[in-house]
Amino acid sequence: MEKNMLKKDNRIFKNLYNELGWKIDDALGRDDWKSTKDIISKGREWIINEVKTSELRGRGGAGFSTGLKWSFAPKEVGSRPHYLVINADESEPGTCKDRDILRFEPQKLLEGCLIAGYTVNAHVCYIYIRGEYLNEGKRLQEAINQAYEKKFLGKNACGSGWDFDIHIHYGAGAYICGEETALLESIEGNKGQPRLKPPFPALVGLYGCPTIVNNVETIAVVPTILRRGGKWFASIGKPKNTGTKIFCISGNVNSPCNVEEEMGIPLKDLIEKHAGGVVGGWENLQAVIPGGSSMPLLSKKICDTITMDFDTLIENKSGLGTAGIVVINKQQDIVACMARIARFYKHESCGQCTPCREGAGWMWRILDRVAQRKATFKDIDLLSDVTKQIEGHTICAFGEGSAWPVQGLLRHFRKEIESRCREEPLIKKRVNNPYLVDQHLLENKNA
Amino acid sequence: MPKISINGKEIEFEKGMTVLQACELADVEIPRFCYHEKLSIAGNCRMCLVEMEKSAKPIASCAMPATEGMKIKTNTAFVEKARKGVMEFLLANHPLDCPVCDQGGECDLQDQSLYYGVDKSRFVENKRDVKEKYMGPLIKTQMTRCIHCTRCVRFATEVAGVPEIGAIGRGENMEITTYLEKSMKSELSANVIDLCPVGALTSKPYAFEARPWELNKTETIDVMDAVGSNVRVDTYNWEVKRVLPRLNNDINEEWISDKTRYSCDGLLKQRLDIPYIKINNKLQKSNWDEAIDLIVKKIKNLESNQIAGHVGDMTNIENALGFKKLFEIFNSKNLEFREKKFYINPDEKINYIFNTSIKGIEESDLVLLVGSNPRHEATMLNARLRKTYLQKKIKIYSFGDPGDLTYPYEIIGKKTDDIKKFINMESEFSKKFLSTKKPMIIIGESALELKSGKYIFEELKNFLRINNFVNNGWNALNILVQNASTVGLTDLKIFPNQKADFSFFDKLNKKEFKFLYLLGSDNLEIKKNGEFIVYQGSHGDKGAELADIILPSAAYTEQNGLYENLEGRIQECKKASYPIGEAKEDWKIFNMIIKKYGENEKVLKFESLRKESLDNVANFSEINELPKFNLTDTNKITTEFFSEDVQIKELNYYFSNSISRASKTMSECNHIRQKIKKTGTNN
Repeated sequence: MEKNMLKKDNRIFKNLYNELGWKIDDALGRDDWKSTKDIISKGREWIINEVKTSELRGRGGAGFSTGLKWSFAPKEVGSRPHYLVINADESEPGTCKDRDILRFEPQKLLEGCLIAGYTVNAHVCYIYIRGEYLNEGKRLQEAINQAYEKKFLGKNACGSGWDFDIHIHYGAGAYICGEETALLESIEGNKGQPRLKPPFPALVGLYGCPTIVNNVETIAVVPTILRRGGKWFASIGKPKNTGTKIFCISGNVNSPCNVEEEMGIPLKDLIEKHAGGVVGGWENLQAVIPGGSSMPLLSKKICDTITMDFDTLIENKSGLGTAGIVVINKQQDIVACMARIARFYKHESCGQCTPCREGAGWMWRILDRVAQRKATFKDIDLLSDVTKQIEGHTICAFGEGSAWPVQGLLRHFRKEIESRCREEPLIKKRVNNPYLVDQHLLENKNA
Repeated sequence: MPKISINGKEIEFEKGMTVLQACELADVEIPRFCYHEKLSIAGNCRMCLVEMEKSAKPIASCAMPATEGMKIKTNTAFVEKARKGVMEFLLANHPLDCPVCDQGGECDLQDQSLYYGVDKSRFVENKRDVKEKYMGPLIKTQMTRCIHCTRCVRFATEVAGVPEIGAIGRGENMEITTYLEKSMKSELSANVIDLCPVGALTSKPYAFEARPWELNKTETIDVMDAVGSNVRVDTYNWEVKRVLPRLNNDINEEWISDKTRYSCDGLLKQRLDIPYIKINNKLQKSNWDEAIDLIVKKIKNLESNQIAGHVGDMTNIENALGFKKLFEIFNSKNLEFREKKFYINPDEKINYIFNTSIKGIEESDLVLLVGSNPRHEATMLNARLRKTYLQKKIKIYSFGDPGDLTYPYEIIGKKTDDIKKFINMESEFSKKFLSTKKPMIIIGESALELKSGKYIFEELKNFLRINNFVNNGWNALNILVQNASTVGLTDLKIFPNQKADFSFFDKLNKKEFKFLYLLGSDNLEIKKNGEFIVYQGSHGDKGAELADIILPSAAYTEQNGLYENLEGRIQECKKASYPIGEAKEDWKIFNMIIKKYGENEKVLKFESLRKESLDNVANFSEINELPKFNLTDTNKITTEFFSEDVQIKELNYYFSNSISRASKTMSECNHIRQKIKKTGTNN
């Protein structure tokens, strides 16, 4: 057991609970902005290689290799400038990791921005922060101002010879603006609707220019990786699922918390050790959503043994997502919970493409009927069909995000759903008329 | 050329094509709703999903660029399932009110659900209801039927250049609307009706009039302006129910202007159906014999130089030639077709046509408007200018202020002196102009109407000639005429003399004419003073008001005839309906007069009129084709300069001819436009 606990020394976000102070002077004491100039002077190739060695995977949900993503940016700046965009539109229910980074470890993010910006040839970085994070945005702006005062940003940032500016852009609170292309649309001042891919943002992104979009946590861990070496990061966790990760544990646990842990930690350890255990004891556990509301839930049986990393969760037909763990105990009505999540997705669908626009509401309505015990057995198969008709047919991943939780419910709690359904409507006249025959002709026996 | 495999069949495709276009090359039909060739790609209906090798998900073929070696399958169970799924979603909230929907019979959703859908609905929830939106007098909305393909939004923003349609709300509450529910301030607004794949946007004037399968369709052309848009006229019995655009990439692409589309209800109103004779200052119903008798009697009593004729704005070439022949019998040369005194030099064909051609606009790199407002004078041409602006960001300049043209332009002068400076290379702009490779100058009738009209035209032409912008490869000289008949009648030389001077107007003002024969001419300003006026036309409009005798004739949809559009392209307008009441085709009326006059051997025949009129057309190549040129140098003409303002005469777009003035729809549009002008910041 002890083996899986992250050593205090290996923690990246030392101030996750704001015990050490967020201001720049406190941050400097925690080795932020230390030898940034040297790191940059080692060149782009070295940085990308080091990040690739670390096997860092994007922390925003998809888990795409960060080093690889950076290498997609054009090597030379052409007629159009490059941009770096930080996705701080943390809207996934059950997730609050970026918030604490913005509040308590902003300098890590800013330093990461400079390094990433230099690596992808961007002089300008936009941090897209969700509208509800007003105070966090203010805090971040203060942090940016402090970094400018210390000449870590601006012209010749940190003495590296690279000019670098960071701007904050507030969203208006739409979930879909966390999707990278919808986020770019939103920054441009348009309605937040995902774009068609290809072209990918790395080639045609913000204002039609090459753009790299990264999650807050991804960027914030980069400086530490480069200081301590990619090999160090790769040594933590499991192969291909390396490093540390902030897990957000909420729901029916005794002490909900954010905690930085090693990748591949058993879910049970995480809940028991850091979150004070499930309310009513481990045996009272009903299900766990492992990666924010868009990931399929896991039944207790799986939760007993599963480890928290990208690949294991995918094997179990779920995903690590944003690592927002929502614990649901047996006192909860699981169908009502999922119906609530389905309602959230119905509300947040951007309405651009057909399957998600029409399907999200349909799913919610069926689930709502199930929760109210008004559904029939036929509805279960219909629900399953609807989720499959949405999945994979949409412009962005929102379709999957809305269909997967329902699929998870169907996979693990079919019995529960069936117990709430009844047969076809009690009174139903069964008419077996041939199709496309005028009713009045049938009624008239002489016809 | 790169190759792509579609359903196992290898085909070659052009670089830059999408998978959907490549599938079309392979004769594989892909269902689609949001995709439209002339609009940007939205990829939001998801109907065009196909299977691509090595991709776990189906891909949207409309948005995916085709690449070498791609393997596409469209006939697998995987694709069918995806299509059926999407179709079910589309129909989930679509009301099944086809029996009362005007789109029925020509509805993309109806057709495609038949082929790609399931015949039963599993959606048992309440259907979404969306409030109707007001979109002006042309567009009827039933937004519950909307499938959110956003074709209308893209059309308004991209082609029409008025970003006034958009989507508000999100998710299933997304609604298409005009901002603040105002009518669209565009002359192209009604094209969204054609674009709408379902019955959400339908035609208000045509609401519940007919079903598409009941209509007779005639492919013809439009004569509301000089562009000659290709249209299809749909008739129910003799009634023209609607006018729809026909694809012609050289002229109107897939769009037509609102006037073209909706002035057709004017064909049913204010019509002249029997001859009238004015007795005691009051028009009385009469018959052909009496009317023709009276005309011939009048003519025989007058000297030939007291007889004059004016040809109207929608007269076809054959009828104009017949009219000219009639006047030859009367031995009169007092013929004119211009409504205003604008300068025309009929010596050479390039002097009075749009030489660059409408499609050629897309090649140009600089446009200079001289006293012209293409938005109102030639709406489809303006759409092409906007398209070129969007594609190539070309610079557009103007002498005179034409108002909002839907694209940005720069006014470089409002006086003729500025034009003079430009010609004499005294302005900065001259250098800019000469530094381009394919510039174009568009001279409008407003400029030619000025006292320096002759100067402006001849000197600009000379300027372009000297700088080698008028050659067989590129001709930058363009005249933008406003009437459908102008170019053809110039070819037929319907002028009092070879010089095409203004002697007709002088004589008219000096009251030298005792007998004036108006052939469908309503826009000529006449102060009546004792002349005997014969009006031959289809509508009781300005001309008929003045007339002593009215001869009812056929409108453009009721007779065959050729028209020459502003590019000099000859196109045929076909008979779609019958003349109303006792009205006759124009040339038949001339024959009645000729017979009465006693010149039986000179009776006109339509076929020979057509042949002869085509012989008269200069540089004629083929029907539907641009004229052919072999340019030679011509003598320079001396001109006189006057310093004056370049005033662009405001054309009342919705009321420019007798048909549109009779149209109820056009007058509603005009009313709305006036209102829009009054509100807002103008107090």
